[in-house]
Amino acid sequence: MAPDTRTISLTVNGQPHVAQVEPRRLLVDFLREDLGLPGTHIGCEHGVCGTCTVLLNGASIRSCITLAVQADGASIDTVEGLAQGGELHPLQDEFSEKQGLQCGFCTPGMLMRAREILAENPDPSPGQVREAIASNLCRCTGYQFITEAVISAAARMRASKEGVAP
Amino acid sequence: MTAANQATPGAPPVRDHSASRRWVGQSIRRVEDPKFLLGRGGYIADRITPGTLHAAVLRSPFAHARIGRIETAAALAAPGVHAVITGREAAELCDPMPDFGPDPAKHTWRCLAAEKVRYVGEGVAVVVADSRYLAEDALELIEVEYEPLPPVTDPERALAAGSPLVHEALESNCAYERSFDFGDVERDFAEADVVIRDRLRWHRSGGQPLETVGAIAEYDQGTGSFTIDTNTLSFTSYLFMAAGTLKVPVNKLDIRPVPAGGSFGSKLFANKPAVIAGMCARKTGRRVAYLEDRSDNIANCDHHGSDRVYDVELAMMRDGTMRGLKIDVVDDYGAYIQFGVGHHGNALAQVVGPYTIGSVRYRVRAALTNKNQQGAYRGFGSEVNNWMLEQMVDKAARELGLDPVAVRRMNFIRDFPHFIPTGNVYDSGDYERVLDHALELARYDHWRDEQRRLREQGRHIGIGVITAQERSVFSATEFWFWFDEPGAPVTSTPESVSLKVDATGGITAVLYSCAFWGNSPETMVAQLVAEEFDCSPYDVSIVYHGSRDGLPATGPGGSRTTVMLAGAVEGASAKIKEKARRAAAHLLEIGPDDLEWSDGGFRVRGDPERKKTLGEIAIMLHLFKHSFPEDMESGLDASKVFDHPYTTMPSADRKDLGVFYPFVGHACHVPVVEVDIETGAVTFLNYAAVHDCGTLVNPRSLAGHIVGGTAQGIGTALYEEFVYDDDGQLLSSSFMDYLIPTAMEVPELTIGHVETPSPYTPHGIKGGGEGGRMMAPAAINAAVNDALAPLGVRLTELPMTPERILAALRAAGHAG
Repeated sequence: MAPDTRTISLTVNGQPHVAQVEPRRLLVDFLREDLGLPGTHIGCEHGVCGTCTVLLNGASIRSCITLAVQADGASIDTVEGLAQGGELHPLQDEFSEKQGLQCGFCTPGMLMRAREILAENPDPSPGQVREAIASNLCRCTGYQFITEAVISAAARMRASKEGVAP
Repeated sequence: MTAANQATPGAPPVRDHSASRRWVGQSIRRVEDPKFLLGRGGYIADRITPGTLHAAVLRSPFAHARIGRIETAAALAAPGVHAVITGREAAELCDPMPDFGPDPAKHTWRCLAAEKVRYVGEGVAVVVADSRYLAEDALELIEVEYEPLPPVTDPERALAAGSPLVHEALESNCAYERSFDFGDVERDFAEADVVIRDRLRWHRSGGQPLETVGAIAEYDQGTGSFTIDTNTLSFTSYLFMAAGTLKVPVNKLDIRPVPAGGSFGSKLFANKPAVIAGMCARKTGRRVAYLEDRSDNIANCDHHGSDRVYDVELAMMRDGTMRGLKIDVVDDYGAYIQFGVGHHGNALAQVVGPYTIGSVRYRVRAALTNKNQQGAYRGFGSEVNNWMLEQMVDKAARELGLDPVAVRRMNFIRDFPHFIPTGNVYDSGDYERVLDHALELARYDHWRDEQRRLREQGRHIGIGVITAQERSVFSATEFWFWFDEPGAPVTSTPESVSLKVDATGGITAVLYSCAFWGNSPETMVAQLVAEEFDCSPYDVSIVYHGSRDGLPATGPGGSRTTVMLAGAVEGASAKIKEKARRAAAHLLEIGPDDLEWSDGGFRVRGDPERKKTLGEIAIMLHLFKHSFPEDMESGLDASKVFDHPYTTMPSADRKDLGVFYPFVGHACHVPVVEVDIETGAVTFLNYAAVHDCGTLVNPRSLAGHIVGGTAQGIGTALYEEFVYDDDGQLLSSSFMDYLIPTAMEVPELTIGHVETPSPYTPHGIKGGGEGGRMMAPAAINAAVNDALAPLGVRLTELPMTPERILAALRAAGHAG
């Protein structure tokens, strides 16, 4: 008996995709297994830890409790889309500079959440960053160097937007 | 350090550390990071290839029950299902799990329960299917008949007569009991002015990395060999035990390490997923992945942390001098006891803290209950001892009317190496300097003023000051000195590194059993190799080698990685330099002793222009064999198996356990908290931490471990608990109930480092990976108690949840 499937169309990291998926297929499994994008990780499978965070039409969601069919027609951004032309995104570069990661498992979700935070507020205070990343658990770093990295990246992103060398 | 220069029996030679270092000590970017930042970490779940089958485990809903008939036909007939294996079948396919516990035959542990389940979550069957979805569908079609038995979840009740038995063969729930005396306990207590007594309770928490444990196994029927990728490789010298479980010779089992998304101890020697995946792979003839989901990892993980009840007595003089300690501890190991009471070896390594306490009585009882078994969690039981001792010191200061900082200071050990009553050595330290630095960074006097000012406004501010130890680099003896006639008094805990210099002078370092767990073995090795060979750490290539044709190694654990890798790198480098020196001497037509290593090559002493770089030497050794004497082989590579550098044997009567955890760091944590007595909530106003773990290799990396460990310690102190009710149900079985601190619960830390080099290790490094969690629970408990002191309230139980704080306030007559 062939499983019941639906056709979905969506854009992932700027690339259009049309796919047949089971209605129950989770978005995270669709991204990881069907599209071969393993950067989005699975942490708790109940929507608490934020490890699986991706952006759906620019807003962060938990891809472990989102069905792939719910992303029909949407634009999805994952960690694989951050680096452009072989250059790390300022967030990635500052996470490295400040050691804002240890095991790296929460990092993709944390980076995508940080990207959303800075899109909403390009100049957050450390306290605002902490409050905003409280959506995502990190078991290694204690968040301090993540906060520093987001603040540093924000400054660089503001500078490059204003045409000033970072 | 005059004492260090005298010969101490069994001690390695005292080293002279180079004053100038180029790479060791630099906060360089970690070499591991780019792949993780790009989403190409290569974790275990990323290695599932098309066609791989998925296993899912059916977990017991009962804490204690006999297993009756298991009906699997419907599951086996379900779409995409390839196999269903029950616990009884698994007991035929596999032997019991590797188990270092006392008398394993009397508390047999298997990958799936066969006759009886012993905790909620224990596996009773496994389904193998085309996808995880289909495997979980089929789990719902399995019918298991359970005959419930009365459970026991309280360790003291478990030890009482008439308790239900977790393992009938043991005829008791006490898996181990012994009392040790170190030093003259009776004299110290008889001569004491006062004895401070307390009863303390530390509930269980666990590492809970964001990535669970997983394994992907293949069985090659043609060769009879297993290949298993897993995020848990460690103790490669002991892999014959896992091979025995899978019923293959160890040279037919290749376990290959993959990066782990965090461990914190909880992936140490975690063989169960590898065994389940292996069993399923052989049964189906297919590649099989078994990845725990979060429920598996919480309820059926084999690595819950310590769960202890203490009755403690501290013998004191009125002036604040500490004399002796009597510790009576019951530890709830859960349903199995895979590492024996090694956790208490960790405690005994630093049982007296940084203080000149002269004697210790240590009675330990290991209780078996209907809970998930204990394993490892950052600190491995030593963090619990730190908390217990610091609680006692604070209570003593309070009862004697002394300043808690002054009491600590006056009892500090000041001469090193210092042997504590148990026989372990503290190699080096400067506790007063750490304390002074911490008080300064914390602005201690300022916060005491603030505390007074805010108390007048009715606010409850507390300042905790704790000074405690961080043992590092365990020796094997701590796992068997518990027994008069140990079954296996092993003495090896090596770590190995191979260095290979290619024809262009590029260096590849091969690590064995040393997985990436979020620690930084690649960065550490790259910096150490760069220090030896004057290259860039980013030019060093690192390989994680599988077990089968690997060298003996132990892997991360007990804050040993950096020290042991440093020894192995130093040894392998020396061999390479020896050969390179001889080759360079031949090429320069000069005696080897006339050469000196300088800036990436050998040069002639007194004639620095005459020089051969490592690359120039390497290409000759690789390609021009006949340019060298007959006995010189082609190539330039060497391996070093670095054994534990400082172990001495326990005495026959076990009044002296010998040296088993010799490189002992120290730290002082000073949190400032506010307790809301209406809600029981605790918030941080400030937090300073100063650590001394000898010479730093990468200060920022260590700072990251201090903050991260402290965050975990905050969880242990305030939020995290695996709560089992009286029926053995696990009430905190998801992250909705098992509360991991977020960025809002963890304050910004002010971190300081003091560097007292170890006299016995390369560069003077001591281990530092566990320090944050070894200090924070004690420090936060001290701060909360300081806040509530004017109300006559002391918290003696962790985690200090709002409910427990409010209950303590109510018990003291403060209606909440």
